[in-house]
Amino acid sequence: MKNVLILLFCLLPGFACAGEAKDLADDPVLEKRMIGLAENLRCLVCQNESLASSRSELANDLRREVREQMQKGMSDQEIIDYLVARYGDYVLFDPPVKSYTLLLWYGPFALLLVGLAGLILQLRKRKNKITETHLSDEDVKRAADLLNPSKDL
Amino acid sequence: MMRFIWPFVIFVVLAGFLYVGLHLNPREVPSPLIGKPAPAFNLSQLHDPTKQFSAQEMKGQVWLLNVWASWCVSCRVEHPVLLALSRQSIVPLYGLDYKDKREDGIAWLQEGGNPYVLSASDTEGRIGIDYGVYGVPETYVIDKEGVIRYKQIGPVTQQSLHEKILPLVAELKAK
Repeated sequence: MKNVLILLFCLLPGFACAGEAKDLADDPVLEKRMIGLAENLRCLVCQNESLASSRSELANDLRREVREQMQKGMSDQEIIDYLVARYGDYVLFDPPVKSYTLLLWYGPFALLLVGLAGLILQLRKRKNKITETHLSDEDVKRAADLLNPSKDL
Repeated sequence: MMRFIWPFVIFVVLAGFLYVGLHLNPREVPSPLIGKPAPAFNLSQLHDPTKQFSAQEMKGQVWLLNVWASWCVSCRVEHPVLLALSRQSIVPLYGLDYKDKREDGIAWLQEGGNPYVLSASDTEGRIGIDYGVYGVPETYVIDKEGVIRYKQIGPVTQQSLHEKILPLVAELKAK
C-alpha cells in the first residue's frame, strides 16, 4: 500500500504540468524548426520584436499555432502563407517584392543612379569652366616673386 | 544663391515626409482581410455556453463585430461609445470576448453595461488569430454577403464612428 502511494506521489508532478508541457519544447526538433521560422516573423504587438523572442500573449498563441501546424505536417511556406493571409505582409521581416514595395527595394539604387548622374554632370560642367589663361613674362615673374617671398628677406 | 536651392528643396521634402510620419500610427497595420469573406466560426455564447453563435448566421445583414476583453484597458475607453451606438439600434453589434475567462467577461459586462446583441466566447484566442486580431479592441464592419469591409484597430471613437463606420454601414445597407 505504502509503495503504491509513493508511486502515486512520484507521478503527481507529471500530472501537475501535463497541461503546460505541450506548450513547451516536448519535441526539440520541432521546437527548433518553429523558432527558426518565428525569427523571421514579426510580432504585431511589440512590433520590432520577432515572434520567436516576444513574450506577448499573441506571440505565445501564434507560436502555439505554428507548432500545431508543423505537427500537422504543413511546410514552412504554407505556415507563412497562413499568417500572411491573416496579418498581412507586415508579419514578414523580409518584405516581398511587390508593386508597392518597389520603392523600398529599388529606391536606394535609383537614388545611387541619380547621385552618379548628378556627379558626372557636375564634373563635366567643372571641366568646361577651367580655361587655360596665358600669362605674360611679367606676370610669371610677379607670380614667382609672390610665391617665393624668402628671397627678399 | 542657386547652389543653396537644391539642398533646401531636399530638406523641405524630407521635413515634409518626417512631419507626416509623426502623425501616422504605426500600430495601424492594414488588414489583408478587407474585402475578403469574414472567417467562419462557431463559438459558444458568452452568457449561454449551451448556445452557439456563428458568423454565417449573420448573412443578409450588415453587422459589427467588436473584439473585446475584460482585461483590455482601451476597451473601457470605447465602451460608452458602443453603449450609445447600441441604444440607437442602427446596426447590430456583436461581441467577441477574446482570450478571456467566461466569468470575467460576464462580470465586466454586468459592471459596465452590455452593448452587444450577444457575445461569443473565444477563450483561447483562435478565432482572434483567424481575424488577424493583434490589439484589442478591434471592430469589423461586415456586409450582407459576409465580407469584411472595414477594420477599426483600437478603440472606436465618436470621430471614427461618425466619419467612417456609420457612413459605411449606411452605404452597405443601401446596397
